[in-house]
Amino acid sequence: MDKKIIEIVDHIDTSQVFSELSDSKSGGICVFVGTVREFTQGEEVISLEFETYKKMALKEMNKIAITAIDKWQLNKVIIRHAVGVKKVEAPVVIVGASSAHRDACFEACRYLIDTLKETVPIWKKEYFENKTVWVSAHP
Amino acid sequence: MNVLLFGIAKDIVGKSQLQFSEAEKTPETVLELKEMISVSFPEFRKLSSLAVAVNSEYAEDNVSLSRNDEIAIIPPVSGG
Repeated sequence: MDKKIIEIVDHIDTSQVFSELSDSKSGGICVFVGTVREFTQGEEVISLEFETYKKMALKEMNKIAITAIDKWQLNKVIIRHAVGVKKVEAPVVIVGASSAHRDACFEACRYLIDTLKETVPIWKKEYFENKTVWVSAHP
Repeated sequence: MNVLLFGIAKDIVGKSQLQFSEAEKTPETVLELKEMISVSFPEFRKLSSLAVAVNSEYAEDNVSLSRNDEIAIIPPVSGG
């Protein structure tokens, strides 16, 4: 079976992740789930909408996974991002790593989400009561 | 030449693709494309960053563009 799961989906089911990362060579699994927060700088968020350049996003996610597998000798990696409109508390991204010892998967997990946020072409729009904002678009 | 637009770039231009017809001057490099769209749509100058992808890979300013390339404007990303 492939070591990597790289996907862009409409809906994330967080209950699948343990079996997806489970591996007989692993002694630990570390997972990060990004979710929709209700308040941004004191303003109430109604929902978030995610848009992607899918072909390129999958390529960039694949590069991140390969780099992490090589650097931390991971047995399994998952990077799955949701697109579309997401309500408060909904999971929007899940990344995880499975490795022989815990240090590797903790470090890898942090690398996976931090790099995804820097390089993967996915865009997030915040819907407030009276306005919408493309996150990070302006300084 | 078609240029794909996403996120705030799509809102600035008002559509999801920008076309340069045969008759018009078309940008020859990534830098020229950035300059041309910033002249036509000054809102691009206000963004935190502006990248271009050629054939779904980030491309430096000196990369040449051809009509058969898949070209996309990549405004500041905000996944996660």
